[in-house]
Amino acid sequence: MKKLMMTAAAAAVAIMATGFSATAAEKLKVGFIYLGPIGDLGWTYMHELGRQALVKELGDKIETTYLENVSEGPDSERSIEQLARTGHQLIFTTSFGYMDPTLKVAKKYPKIKFEHATGFKSAPNMGTYSGKFYEGRYIQGVIAGKMSKKGVLGYIASFPIPEVISGINATILGAQTVNPDIKLKVIWVNTWFDPGKEADAAKALADQGADVIMQHTDSPAAMQVAAQRGILAFGQDSDMIKFGPKTQLTSIIDNWGPYYIRQTKAALDGSWKAGDTWDGLKEKMVVMAPYTNMPADVKALAEKTEAAIVAGTLHPFKCPVLGQDGKAVECKGGANLDPGQILGMNFYVKGVDDKIPGK
Amino acid sequence: MQLVLEKRAERSTKIAIASPLIAIALTLVTMSILFAILGKNPIAALIVYFVEPLTDSFTLMEIAVKATPLVMIAVGLSLCYLANVWNIGAEGQFIMGAVCGSYLAVVTNGTDAGPWVLPAMLLMGAAGGALWALIPALCKVKFGANEILTSLMLVYVADLIMDYLVRGPWRDPKGMNFPTTASFDPVATVPTLFETGRIHWGAVVALIVVALATVMLGRTIKGFEIRVVGAAPRAARFAGFSSNRLVLFTFAISGALAGLAGIIEVAGPVGVLQPGISPGYGFTAIIVAFLGRLNPVGILIAGLFLALTFIGGEGAQISMKIPLDLTKVFQGILLFYVLACDSLILYRIRLIATAKKASHGVA
Repeated sequence: MKKLMMTAAAAAVAIMATGFSATAAEKLKVGFIYLGPIGDLGWTYMHELGRQALVKELGDKIETTYLENVSEGPDSERSIEQLARTGHQLIFTTSFGYMDPTLKVAKKYPKIKFEHATGFKSAPNMGTYSGKFYEGRYIQGVIAGKMSKKGVLGYIASFPIPEVISGINATILGAQTVNPDIKLKVIWVNTWFDPGKEADAAKALADQGADVIMQHTDSPAAMQVAAQRGILAFGQDSDMIKFGPKTQLTSIIDNWGPYYIRQTKAALDGSWKAGDTWDGLKEKMVVMAPYTNMPADVKALAEKTEAAIVAGTLHPFKCPVLGQDGKAVECKGGANLDPGQILGMNFYVKGVDDKIPGK
Repeated sequence: MQLVLEKRAERSTKIAIASPLIAIALTLVTMSILFAILGKNPIAALIVYFVEPLTDSFTLMEIAVKATPLVMIAVGLSLCYLANVWNIGAEGQFIMGAVCGSYLAVVTNGTDAGPWVLPAMLLMGAAGGALWALIPALCKVKFGANEILTSLMLVYVADLIMDYLVRGPWRDPKGMNFPTTASFDPVATVPTLFETGRIHWGAVVALIVVALATVMLGRTIKGFEIRVVGAAPRAARFAGFSSNRLVLFTFAISGALAGLAGIIEVAGPVGVLQPGISPGYGFTAIIVAFLGRLNPVGILIAGLFLALTFIGGEGAQISMKIPLDLTKVFQGILLFYVLACDSLILYRIRLIATAKKASHGVA
């Protein structure tokens, strides 16, 4: 009898043990909130590629979910909370406008880890991450300054938030190094993704004499317009060469995969902490597409500029940085503007032919 | 042979009620086929869409949150449509309501203004929506302008006015230039009903609106007038009802309700005024109004049903990886079937033999 009970107990322990190991082997659920459709070929598409890279790397340990086309309005809070409620332990919210909703949900679910892209608010369980896209913009500026015959660049801008403004400034600062008289025209389309509006803006810029078009919006529409008009353009977010094989000079590629893999690994081994990650060309969060449709000397200059930024010998916002009025901006970072000044940038540098909306 | 739609002499009430149910049934069948084509189990998918959201207090509350603006707007629209007045611009009235109400929230932000702020905001929201709706109404009455076009075009004007305000004068000074006002103070916020969850007093307001509209349509002269003018304009004229006055009245009421929905949404779940406050509520409400047979109670049910498809669609994305586009297809198919079924109530299809000349064309 005693033996029987012991066997039973052993069996029970064995069953419980397998039960526990099954729980331990349960996959970590990772959720993503996307602003656009995954097929936008821009911002959301690149986050989706990052997710796919994550699945490829850690697919046996994790399970991923995404919600696409989540508007930045009242719906986003519910969508984030839906992920939190359905067992997702690590949630990436991939647009600036999700900042407050993410913060609200993060406070409600202190045990779940949140990562918010391109924002500035955080919590013990909510980190932020973004790319130093201005580094790529600076290289584009150098190329554009060389390639523009008329000396007029066209810039399609989305929202006047610091990330967009620092991109505009970095572009013209880069262009001015090769052509001090370069002009930069800006059109604000007030959207991240609207191919129709983006195309209209590209046409308007071309009509105003711009012969190199660049954009801080997410679709390849501007590239297609530039291709039709026979002028040059830069891709955005992803390599858009197939939309303008004879048009694209290069493209700033958002490379989220390595970051997603790194943070998910940290969540798996328990070392995850809410951080504030801001990586650039050096860490390969920002990657330049091949330099195409330009003469060899321009290509060499672009490569040299890229190498100098990676090496840290060149900073796009090297002091003195002159404001639109021609006066030097206060330089808080010693030799360069400090990260806070770049992350909160709310002024144009000298030479930008525009006024920041609402300012 | 030729297909002809022929008006039926009489219509049966039973079929009028059955029609949306038939439409929903047809939609479910079509959706099942689509799920199957995508390689998903149709039964499981339909359960995720329609049953799971009803089994959990969080999703139930979220359905109510989503349905609140839809129902309020749709009730207003139904008054217009019953009177044969075509207000397509509820989206704009929603936005102007949100803007006018938010004005108070913005100017009192950070001051120690008392509890009068929220009621005043709601009043201003309703007034803003009503005034915005009266523009196309007056254009119709005074100049005979087509209200479908004018009310629709004013949506974009309203959108741009809001855009200007949140990017310019009303922008949150601490918001890093992001186009949004500062978060509303607690006195400018619609309180939630319970400790947890986002369901707010706006849901109660929506129920009151449904009740009032039911009473008005069923028990008052005004309700009778609306229905007579819509159904028999000549008879209405003999009865001394002024169709012009009714245009102004229905537009004002539906504008006020859309505006109220707008300010409740902004002061409730959103908490700030920013672009994108409405994912097309003013347009979706048109579907809700017709799905609900232009009847307040029907609209309440239809609004909850449509909200269910939104929430269920999200659940399907999470648990079955069904693309969001399918939820949109779903809503489109639903409207299509509703309109198709309606047409078949009012009309019947007949095959008519055509003249010989036409049959030659086939070869």
